[in-house]
Amino acid sequence: MSEPLKRPRFWGSQAASGLALISPTALYAILLLAAPLAATLVYSVMTDGYLTIIPRFQLCNYIGECHAQLADGTMAPEAYLGAWSDPIVRTLMARSLLVSVLVTAATVLLAYPVAYFVSFSVDASRKSLWLFMITIPFWTSYVIRVFMWNVMISRTGVINSVLQGLHIITDPLQMSFTLQAMVITLAHAYAPFAILPIYVALEKIDRSLLEAGQDLGETRFATFLRVTLPLSMTGVIAAVLIVFIPTIGDYVTPNLIGGGKIPMIANMIEKQMLKADNRALGSAIAVSAMLVVGLVSVIFLALNRRYLKGPT
Amino acid sequence: MTSGKPTMIEFQDVHKYYGDYHALRGISATIKAGEFFSLLGPSGCGKTTLLRTIAGFEGISSGVVLIDGKDVAGVPPNKRPTNMVFQSYAIFPHLSVAQNVGFGLRKDPRSVADKARAVDEALAMVGLSGYGARAAHALSGGQRQRVALARALILKPKVLLLDEPLSALDKKLRENMQVELIKLQRQVGITFILVTHDQEEALVMSDRIAVMFEGQIAQLDSPERLYRLPKTRAVANFIGTMNFLSAQILSEAGGQVEVEAQGLGRLQLDAEKQVTGTPSTNGATIGFRPETATLLFDGQQASDRETMATVEEVVYYGDMTYYDVLLDGTTAPVRLSMRNVFGRPVLDIGTRTRVGWSPGALVLFR
Amino acid sequence: MKIPVLRIYTVGYLLFLYCPIVILPIFAFNNSTAVAFPLQGFTTEWFSNVFHDAVLGHALKNSLLVAASTAVLATVLGTLAARANTRYQFKAAGPLMALIMLPMVLPEIIMAMALLVVLLSVGIPLSLFTIVLGHVLVCTPFAVAILTSAFQSLDKSLEEAAYDLGEGPVSTFRLIILPLVMPGIISAMLICFTISLDEFIVANFLGSGEPLLSTFIYGQLRFPKNVPNIMALGTLLVGVSITLLALAEFFRRRGLARTGAKDSGGFL
Repeated sequence: MSEPLKRPRFWGSQAASGLALISPTALYAILLLAAPLAATLVYSVMTDGYLTIIPRFQLCNYIGECHAQLADGTMAPEAYLGAWSDPIVRTLMARSLLVSVLVTAATVLLAYPVAYFVSFSVDASRKSLWLFMITIPFWTSYVIRVFMWNVMISRTGVINSVLQGLHIITDPLQMSFTLQAMVITLAHAYAPFAILPIYVALEKIDRSLLEAGQDLGETRFATFLRVTLPLSMTGVIAAVLIVFIPTIGDYVTPNLIGGGKIPMIANMIEKQMLKADNRALGSAIAVSAMLVVGLVSVIFLALNRRYLKGPT
Repeated sequence: MTSGKPTMIEFQDVHKYYGDYHALRGISATIKAGEFFSLLGPSGCGKTTLLRTIAGFEGISSGVVLIDGKDVAGVPPNKRPTNMVFQSYAIFPHLSVAQNVGFGLRKDPRSVADKARAVDEALAMVGLSGYGARAAHALSGGQRQRVALARALILKPKVLLLDEPLSALDKKLRENMQVELIKLQRQVGITFILVTHDQEEALVMSDRIAVMFEGQIAQLDSPERLYRLPKTRAVANFIGTMNFLSAQILSEAGGQVEVEAQGLGRLQLDAEKQVTGTPSTNGATIGFRPETATLLFDGQQASDRETMATVEEVVYYGDMTYYDVLLDGTTAPVRLSMRNVFGRPVLDIGTRTRVGWSPGALVLFR
Repeated sequence: MKIPVLRIYTVGYLLFLYCPIVILPIFAFNNSTAVAFPLQGFTTEWFSNVFHDAVLGHALKNSLLVAASTAVLATVLGTLAARANTRYQFKAAGPLMALIMLPMVLPEIIMAMALLVVLLSVGIPLSLFTIVLGHVLVCTPFAVAILTSAFQSLDKSLEEAAYDLGEGPVSTFRLIILPLVMPGIISAMLICFTISLDEFIVANFLGSGEPLLSTFIYGQLRFPKNVPNIMALGTLLVGVSITLLALAEFFRRRGLARTGAKDSGGFL
């Protein structure tokens, strides 16, 4: 008698059905996300041409000086600096990093108590209502919200007029076009991104663990530090990443709040890609930015790896 | 009993692999039409897998599964003459009770009125008359189970499959449902196949039981034979409680086996009625059920043989008391069960007592 | 008495979050082009400007078209992916799902820019269609998240029960699965619609001359005189967004009630 079949055939099996079902979405993502990202990578090492990109390998978009190729095939006499060689780009990169780190820290720190409140102090039946209320602002137009902040902090804006009207100050405060204003606006924009992952992690904590700690004589604060906080770290880590990564790519806020005077790296990318038509350089800057972000994220994850291991 | 009835389900050397995991290892058995059959075993023994191969939700790697004489390889569940009651009951929450029960009648050519009548009859059969308009998700566990039953039986399948249907119910409800299921099966008259890990449940409800361990059928028998003459120590341990004493086989002749048993001395046992199992390297074992030995109180006579023992532990159960006693000459206590008789005291730990027993109630495992 | 510190903090935080949105309608009715206190009296001039602006009307139509298309497409793709991921096991599931969900953590500018570059190289002209392409990319992860939760709350036995009772895969989907995840589908569509309506970065990058609401607003912000009009428009937009979201939440809760599942709070 023949050996019974150990492995069933693929076609008609579970795996085939699953793959078939996910294929339209997956194909869409591959064609419109993976491929373009790969293309960006490729462009970043190519030569800039007149309204096109010329497939000639060069690394100078990253380091060194590059020459664009003109329409007639000759190289332009003026050189432009590669991403890492250009002090402007480096400054912008550093500033973007700084802003992102500040925003992330502020957002996550301010978000944690809110997540804690909803998880521990709110009735189960009311929780989704609170969460709903917290996430509503996020769903409204980003541009409008940033614009409103801009309006509120301007010299003749709401905040100043209130403070002056109440005679707390005489001269209007200069809040626009400052780094602090940008940080506040971004913290506002990404707040729910931080609250939700922390909330989910807190919800998963077995309440009887906390009661056990108290039963053994700990104060509530000690229980928080020794039990709740470490157990919620996966949520905090997720929150950090979810806020940090998109913040770097933000350019609306620098434009509006910063008035174009405090550009971030994304503004540079926009400039190169859309206005200056140097897609090779723009790609290089974008890839560099993503590399920096990726590196910081990896370092962050590595530092916190003990919170990521084990069952959650 | 069920002998002489036609075969409804037949397994011929069925194997099933999940990747490298050998879940069913050569199952061969027949299930007769109209019987209440149970698949009994601990978690992971393959009983649910076997049930699902009948239903068609699992395929097999080799062997043959016949339903009513037909090989059902490749036949999908919706075309088999079987219906299943799932462990979670799987009641469609967005439909009413009547819509749930009538779900399988969608392609039935009968008129709407006829179908409605059939639904009402099915509901009456499970004791849920008048529940038709209720929303399915608002029912209690026991009610859901009945809806699941009605939904399956309305299609008049040849075989009803039940996957641990009572495990989610509390004890009282479970006991009531056990009796109801038996009555239902007799009323409808079709083959019921039940999967359970609760041996009491299987003993109560079944005409025959297949005890499964690790993908194989250890013994397939009626409840009485399983209880009185289990084929292996594993089966003996799984069904009820069994006491074990080591023994040595001295001689065998003329259908009689002579044994020297620890604590019980020299005995003679009937080879056909009392000896079971395959020879093992561990030596033979004598087994007996707790209710087959008795504590003898002052003045009571042993009906057969008698020996001395010391009471080690007393467990009071209300209607029964279990005594763990150490028979003279043994090293580990055995459990005896005594019905509590009004006026009779419960013995203390440490009491020396006489124990009455009979060689005819013993089982010898080789 | 114990001071509910956390509660006060959270309420304060919420006020901070709602600040800009709340101020919006206040000044949308304010009879002044300066957005400052004290208020100058009530007027509906700004709103009537909004309703009579032809370019704005055009932008609105475009935005609605794009948002509707995005909602449908993203929900369809999201449903397929969520179903595949929850029901079947296949090795490629992990990496593919990671790719599909990637837009949630990528800066939009990177995605928009990469897509732009490729579209231009291939020679596809920018238009509303390309904006829809970008928006679907952004919205699909949200649809997947909502629908994954919807599919996960389905008991797998329900499907098997339907088969057992005589149905095939297609009719099972139609009669059992679809009705039970329908609230999730509607939720996803509403959310995707809202995201698309409010989305700016992709629209800016992948749009041509055709205006959308968000790009229109962005362009108008340079002109202080138009600020009150923008406030009025913003008020309307925010009102619509909140309404759609409330509807989405309503459907999500109704879905849970129908299946009798527990409410874990939100789209997670």
